[in-house]
Amino acid sequence: MGKLTQRYNRLQIALHWLMALMIIGGLAMGLLLDDMPLSPLKLKMLSWHKWNGITVLWLALLRLGVRHISGAPELPASMPDWQKLAAVWGHRLLYLLMLLIPLSGWLMSSAKGFPVKYFGVLPLPDLVGKNAELADLLHEVHEMLCTLLLLVLAGHVGAALKHHYFKRDDILTRMLPFLKQR
Amino acid sequence: MNKLTAPLAALAIFASLPAHAAQQLDPAKSEIRFVAKQMNVPSEGRFRKFSANVNFDPARLAQSSVTVDIDIASIDLGSADNEAELKKKSWFNSAGFPGARFSASSFKAKGGNQYEVSGKLSIKGISRDITAPFTVQQNGGQMTVSGSVPLKRLAFNVGEGEWADTETVADEVVVKFRLNLVNTPTAVKK
Repeated sequence: MGKLTQRYNRLQIALHWLMALMIIGGLAMGLLLDDMPLSPLKLKMLSWHKWNGITVLWLALLRLGVRHISGAPELPASMPDWQKLAAVWGHRLLYLLMLLIPLSGWLMSSAKGFPVKYFGVLPLPDLVGKNAELADLLHEVHEMLCTLLLLVLAGHVGAALKHHYFKRDDILTRMLPFLKQR
Repeated sequence: MNKLTAPLAALAIFASLPAHAAQQLDPAKSEIRFVAKQMNVPSEGRFRKFSANVNFDPARLAQSSVTVDIDIASIDLGSADNEAELKKKSWFNSAGFPGARFSASSFKAKGGNQYEVSGKLSIKGISRDITAPFTVQQNGGQMTVSGSVPLKRLAFNVGEGEWADTETVADEVVVKFRLNLVNTPTAVKK
């Protein structure tokens, strides 16, 4: 009984790992796109990158809703207060970035005059008018937010591994049901 | 050239124009735009510079004619990178083929202010017969001719090699035109 409440629920776990893949994929595509000369592949990848990012945006909203309803397992009582605080604010920052990065990309697409057509079918509304200077600024913002995300992700993964291999607690297993609970 | 001969010279040049240059293009009020679909997303552009030699008289269609010359390098896509790309060899090759031309002398009345023109469109050294519907609005001494025509970019080799892929950039490009024409005095005299 007690063990169940120590884990995130199945939907939360599914969303976490699905989004982990999509976010890493989105970041990888973004990095590749930056250095790619214009080609049909680049245009295709740009579209996949946008569709992926918009999906991350919807899923992040869904995830916030699920978390609001289902809550999250408590952090181990043995954790020092500063670590608890870092965990709380680290996760808040992750959620914020999961919303802001796709949003800044969507804004950038509007400003570039190349609106997002979700999966090539559903046109998303333009959030701002076509404006080359604004597009450049949003590009910078989009990249800066992604750099910040990479740093926070490094902390997120590092902390999870530290908890699992050094602290030997259930922090990682509550999000990874295939691993044995300790 | 002194003050007297200048206007005379201008008159001589005017007189040497084709006998039926009945209208003059007002470039500020005219536009040639196009919409291409990229990954199924419509993307609009235009040509900043073009000229037209028009002699259009709805009452004398058989004697009417039009020639429009477009400066390819004046392409405006709202992005310097994309403009540089489209001037390249695989797209318009604006260095090798700086101008596109539409030339026609076959008109049909389609009722009301609707007409149809058939002629030759040359882009990138390739000529194709095209037919474009258009409407005419008379407004005092001015005439506005507007319409749109779907073209196939690959018929003109616009987008070669990897860019022949129509999955990323669709074959169909819709060209929209609006020409504001000022009737010249010679036309009034006729």
